[in-house]
Amino acid sequence: MNGLTSKQLIGFSIFLLAIFVGVPMAISATGRWDFYFTLTSVALLAIASAGVWLTFYIGRINIGQGAFALIGAYVSAILVAKAGISFWISLPVAGIFAALVSVLIGLPILRLRGVYFAMITLVLTQVVTLTALALPITNGAKGITSIPLPGGISLFGLQILPPFDSMADTKLAFYILACILMVLTYLALWRLVHSRLGHICRSMQQNEELASSIGINIAYIRIIIFAISSFFGGIGGALFGSISQSVYPSSFQVQDSVNFMLNCFLGGLGYVFGPMLGTLTLYFGWDLLFTLGKYQLLVYSVLLILVIRFLPNGLLSLRLGNIGKGGGK
Amino acid sequence: MLTPRAPRPGNGKLAGTSMEQVLANGIYLGAQYAMIALGLTLIFALMNVLNFAHGQMYVIGGFVTYTIYGQLGLPYIVALLASCVTLAVLGALIERFLFAPVIKGSSREESTMLLAAGIAFLLDALILLIFGEKQRGVPKIVNGVLNWDFRVIMPYDRILICALAILSIIAFISFMHYSKTGRALRALAQDRTAAQLMGVDVDRYSTIGFALGAMLAGLVGGLLVTITGVNLGMGGPTSVKAFMMVMIGGAGVISGAIAGGFILGFMEAIGLAVLSQYGDITYLVIFVSLMIFLAIRPQGLMGKPWG
Repeated sequence: MNGLTSKQLIGFSIFLLAIFVGVPMAISATGRWDFYFTLTSVALLAIASAGVWLTFYIGRINIGQGAFALIGAYVSAILVAKAGISFWISLPVAGIFAALVSVLIGLPILRLRGVYFAMITLVLTQVVTLTALALPITNGAKGITSIPLPGGISLFGLQILPPFDSMADTKLAFYILACILMVLTYLALWRLVHSRLGHICRSMQQNEELASSIGINIAYIRIIIFAISSFFGGIGGALFGSISQSVYPSSFQVQDSVNFMLNCFLGGLGYVFGPMLGTLTLYFGWDLLFTLGKYQLLVYSVLLILVIRFLPNGLLSLRLGNIGKGGGK
Repeated sequence: MLTPRAPRPGNGKLAGTSMEQVLANGIYLGAQYAMIALGLTLIFALMNVLNFAHGQMYVIGGFVTYTIYGQLGLPYIVALLASCVTLAVLGALIERFLFAPVIKGSSREESTMLLAAGIAFLLDALILLIFGEKQRGVPKIVNGVLNWDFRVIMPYDRILICALAILSIIAFISFMHYSKTGRALRALAQDRTAAQLMGVDVDRYSTIGFALGAMLAGLVGGLLVTITGVNLGMGGPTSVKAFMMVMIGGAGVISGAIAGGFILGFMEAIGLAVLSQYGDITYLVIFVSLMIFLAIRPQGLMGKPWG
């Protein structure tokens, strides 16, 4: 990876060490095993949020990621539970299927801009929920339950990964899996932003007509970016279905789509790692406030509003200097 | 943070499937929807803010009417006025202390969307704490059912609410056209800078406009609580429907919002009558038609290109 300074490399290594060694050690020391579920959720929601961030990168506010996450979750669930296909095959298939759907839907709606695009993607989430309720293959409101845990992987008779149900600690396994996927997602995102495509996206974010006038095929780029974004959404959703071992039409709703968008905005739209931080803050904050009982939502929303009121450009805008501005770590 | 699936406003049991019945249902649904969309589009036109909290404002309006008419037993009209005043004050406060400073301080105007979502959460939390999460209903304001030869069957209270909604829409349009405030608001919507140069107090009229938009949401809430009742989970789905209507008509255009409201109302009434045998697919069909429509005309029926 070109352009990676030693400072960034050190930061990245510390980050990897923290999530793969630090967190499991801290959890086994404190005995808060429930944090595994929280952090796994953060990791997979961060994958989906990365997609939303990417669509923002071409100047579109995407409030429809819940739709693609739900599609991904259902594709994986149907493949694993009904067709008996390995989870490891269903995961990329779910992502690709979500991407294909997004191309079909994106062709007409990506012509819209600003609030029009935001509104129609919001409606899209509602429609996918309704579709899941109406179609026979998705089992309607009952959803798909008791999805088997991921099986093992063996290559040429050599077992690389044991089946999840034979493992002593499934929570840890899912945590590691979600974190690996999250790291891969953000590496891909980082690479994309620093590639030629990333520069084209930035030019489209600023002015589409101008970008088009210098010979950029904006319609094509828009579809590609939207498809990649939905691919992330599908992967995140498929993983979610596998962890909770069930998918319902209510697994991802309008509320969740809005949350994905909030994650990106809160972390800061100018930073690749913004959505990850935003997801961590919002989801962890929500979880920590659980002890407040019925005042949970009140305190949460007040804090959210205060952050927006006083840090309108995202949490990462707090950092002094502009190390890696527009690129993250 | 999953909210329970809520019954959608306005599609309770509508009897009969004759053509006259479907048309009557369409007018009834359309009048309500148009009012919800009007408030949303007004706020959008004035401040370029997509008000996610619109559905929640509608729910608060319903709960205020429920408290005053259903619990305290005061006359319905008092309750309706109280809903309007509560929401107008709430809207003015939200604009003055939250939206105005954020619009001034943020480098991206999309931050307002985040703020609006935050306010939607806050209002949900307040509704939960003050009114609880139970479904609430009020006693009927008029009894009896209009039965025209079994072709149109419509309870009198629905007819009354529909008439009140249409009257309010007419009153709102006249207000926007003939009063000084209305003219200032229209000028603001057309061109903010030009309005300011002509001596319109932009900050003051933004607050008034937001209060007016919120008030409309409260009014619809107060009207509809007599028919569908009200519960916490109604807010989100109502906002989604309002977005659809605004997209059909064109964002920020008042006539567009009314057209969008009636079109969605009629589509829903027709869909429920014709498609009910295939299951709950009315909204699926509506959405697909909306996508095709927007592919041909992205700015909606009457909107400016790129709003």
